[in-house]
Amino acid sequence: MNFDLNYFFEMIPLLLGYLGLTMKMAVLGLIFALVLAVTMAVVRVFKVPVLDWLVQLFISFFRGTPLLVQLFLLYYGLPQLFPIMVGIDAFTAAVIGLSLHFSAYMAESIRAAIMGIDKSQMEAALSIGQTPLMAMRRIILPQASRIALPSLMNQFVDMIKSTSLAFTLGVAELMARAQMEASSSFRFFEAFLAVALIYWAVVVLFTQVQIRMENRLNRAYQR
Amino acid sequence: MIKIQNLVKSFKGQTVLNGIDLDINEGEIIVIIGPSGTGKSTLLRCINFLEQPDAGVIAIDGDAVDAENARKKEVLRLRRNTSFVFQNYALFANKTAAQNIAEGLITVWGRSKAEAMAEANQILADIGLAEKADSYPAALSGGQQQRVGIGRAMASHSKVMLFDEPTSALDPEWVDEVLQLMKKLAERKQTMLVVTHEMSFARDVADRVVFMEGGRIVEQGPPEQIFSSPQDPRTREFLRKVIRD
Repeated sequence: MNFDLNYFFEMIPLLLGYLGLTMKMAVLGLIFALVLAVTMAVVRVFKVPVLDWLVQLFISFFRGTPLLVQLFLLYYGLPQLFPIMVGIDAFTAAVIGLSLHFSAYMAESIRAAIMGIDKSQMEAALSIGQTPLMAMRRIILPQASRIALPSLMNQFVDMIKSTSLAFTLGVAELMARAQMEASSSFRFFEAFLAVALIYWAVVVLFTQVQIRMENRLNRAYQR
Repeated sequence: MIKIQNLVKSFKGQTVLNGIDLDINEGEIIVIIGPSGTGKSTLLRCINFLEQPDAGVIAIDGDAVDAENARKKEVLRLRRNTSFVFQNYALFANKTAAQNIAEGLITVWGRSKAEAMAEANQILADIGLAEKADSYPAALSGGQQQRVGIGRAMASHSKVMLFDEPTSALDPEWVDEVLQLMKKLAERKQTMLVVTHEMSFARDVADRVVFMEGGRIVEQGPPEQIFSSPQDPRTREFLRKVIRD
């Protein structure tokens, strides 16, 4: 069998050196996406005039077009219209693109979770004199986060894997490095298998984190 | 102290409240009775704007809110002057018993967390649930949950406590402990407006019983009068059905 085991084992530590950049993209993307998603979900739940409509348009666009197309539009397309954007580096563009794309999905997950909370929870919060926004922050969102967690984690896992598209913008991340190594050594299978296993291991790790978080959030609901 | 004038509410063309006038004096315990679907709960929910009334005026200590152009600030003030006990308890599921009671003290009344928790623990002791301070609602019995619900309402020291069928969702074994707590509040002259099907509570505790039907107040008076010599045939008919002994 034409499989170079030594080369494969050499690839792993070499590629792991680029995992940091991949994770930096994913985690930054997650933070921005979550902030945006929670804001959009609340706008939609409260049906804020005009903003609600804008959010729906945003979600429709970012769910309705491929991430790769969005990244190209953002990095190669927009600077043509707005010369200021020429200065944006590929890494920043990738983070922005990932955030916008996944915030659209996350907003819908969070909105669904909010809708799943019994409406008497909001009423009780209003009855003690909280404002709707206060009630959202103190009572509704903490409960919704528990319900939304599995699907948010799903989207985060998807985001980790999607960082590999950043190599098309020229970000020297995990996938880019593997591609480079493979094309210089012609050992494509070894290089891409190594990169696949690294993504897989990271995702498995985060699945464990998810289980812990779920247990923690479920504490209040045990009899 | 509380003056409700010509309160009107309809849902999708169906009139539920047909011009309610009601005055509540300080320290008075008023029990509202009547057939289901006659707007008793809606009346309660309109008083603190959990439902937006179509028309009418609600005044607490002269601070009047006109339903037809109620501003957000006025609604907020009204809610802070009233407290509400829900049929299904509606305890905050993500908070412990003590945190449920402290929540309003912290976020609405500006107490420090430590002060609020101390006060919450005091209230818990008062309602006989000191040892459940750190329990989440899911771990409490129905009766305990409703007592915490009442404790949460007590925390705001509101001018009037509104009880929306507080024992209707309870298993029979828990009804008494909740009624006992409500009696205790009544003895302290807490102003209360109670919608309930517990006729013995109405008879023993109420200062005034209000009979509602079809979105109107049909008859009201001291419990002795309503229960032993009701004037309106609809009141007589209702009482005949609910009191079997």
